[in-house]
Amino acid sequence: MLDLHGYGPRLLEGAGVTLQLAILSLALAIVLGLLTASAKMSRSWLLHKIATLYTTLIRGVPDLVLMMLLFFGGQMALNVVTDALYDRFGVDWYVNLNAFAAGVLTIGFIFGAYMGETFRGAFMAVDHGQIEAGKAYGMSPWLVFRRIRFPLMMRHALPGLSNNWMVLLKTTALVSIIGLTDMVRVAAEASRATHEPFTFLIPVALIYLLIASLSEWIFARLQKRYNVGFGEH
Amino acid sequence: MEILAWFHELLDGNLIFTPQTLGYYWDGLVVTVQLVFVSLLIGLVLAVPLAIGRSSGRRWISLPIYAYTYVFRGTPLLIQLYIIYYGVVFFDGIQETFLWPLLREAFYPALIAFTLNTAAYTTEIFRGAIKATPKGEIEAARAYGMSQALMMRRIILPSAFRRALPAYGNEVIFMLHASAIASVVTLMDLTGAARFVYARFYAPFEAFIFVAVIYLCLTFTILFFFRYLEKRLLAHLRPQS
Repeated sequence: MLDLHGYGPRLLEGAGVTLQLAILSLALAIVLGLLTASAKMSRSWLLHKIATLYTTLIRGVPDLVLMMLLFFGGQMALNVVTDALYDRFGVDWYVNLNAFAAGVLTIGFIFGAYMGETFRGAFMAVDHGQIEAGKAYGMSPWLVFRRIRFPLMMRHALPGLSNNWMVLLKTTALVSIIGLTDMVRVAAEASRATHEPFTFLIPVALIYLLIASLSEWIFARLQKRYNVGFGEH
Repeated sequence: MEILAWFHELLDGNLIFTPQTLGYYWDGLVVTVQLVFVSLLIGLVLAVPLAIGRSSGRRWISLPIYAYTYVFRGTPLLIQLYIIYYGVVFFDGIQETFLWPLLREAFYPALIAFTLNTAAYTTEIFRGAIKATPKGEIEAARAYGMSQALMMRRIILPSAFRRALPAYGNEVIFMLHASAIASVVTLMDLTGAARFVYARFYAPFEAFIFVAVIYLCLTFTILFFFRYLEKRLLAHLRPQS
């Protein structure tokens, strides 16, 4: 029953790929988001402009188009570099852009823009008196960030973060189009080969729902944790 | 004619952007706009009664609608598209009906998938807006002796639509961007045209950056349209100067 014409194990493997891809992209997106938020709040005119350009461009273009641009274009740029290395120095070196790495980079890059907006709003919602209190205690800027700014910011950022993660999770399905063997690609291949689309596509849909429901539960726990001391929200 | 001459001069010597490939992009633009516009329109029409049902106190009405929105919002649109595109053949007897010549093409399965998807998101947007109706407005309507239906039509829905406007604008942009996956089921939409040009000339930067700029222009057009609508319809909420 769970064998699914021999596609069962591959489908599970694909689910693993989807999950890894989603978590790694989330990590990258959070780092990029924090950087973008800092750049947007910085006094430097140039940093502000660059961050604004980044968030505007990314949010104005479909994920799939960006993904193809980075994946196909990235491969071509790499080829140019390796060809030049061969011509100049005789180094025979060929790099094939890995679809997984390309997927993590593009999804992380795309959602970094959304995270940047989320974090910026959340940082601005932090009461300034708290930061001044930290400074008055003689805390270093890093310590103020770690102990005061970040935990207080997360309280405001969590709903947006949770929303972004849900969208990100669904966006991972797009990497199947640029050739990564995630669970969507396995299911689509199996549907074409066996002419039984429902047998494969519905379990994959259920796995997405399961991950989404699980994340909702985790985010509810986190929300509670970050709201400690602020009463029920 | 002057414009035409200028155009030829612009394209002169350009190997990739010939009148022919620009024609592909144009056709792609038409397909994308049709797909997005029609699915949004039908989705909107479906979402209004669904949102009213979803806000109903009767659980046998609201629960099935919640199940529908939960499934369609919790799974990727790509999966929904595959299920409908590959699965439509398996509905018994569909090949004998008048619908078959339509459903055999990729356009209609894609349209169905997009419509069901946007209807689910729009339902939840409207539900949130209906839920946020100020209590005083409802009490005032009751005091006037309005029936439930009249109150819905005259009081709740008009104010809910206004409140839903910003979120719905985001949904429209989201749908435009999501429509790029139509190219996966062989549809020649904007992204499909870009993929074709890329494959034919092996020119990823030209093919995809050009299409990205078109999407960017469409996004900004939608954005400005909704900004204008908000300014007009939400005028009473702006701080008075």
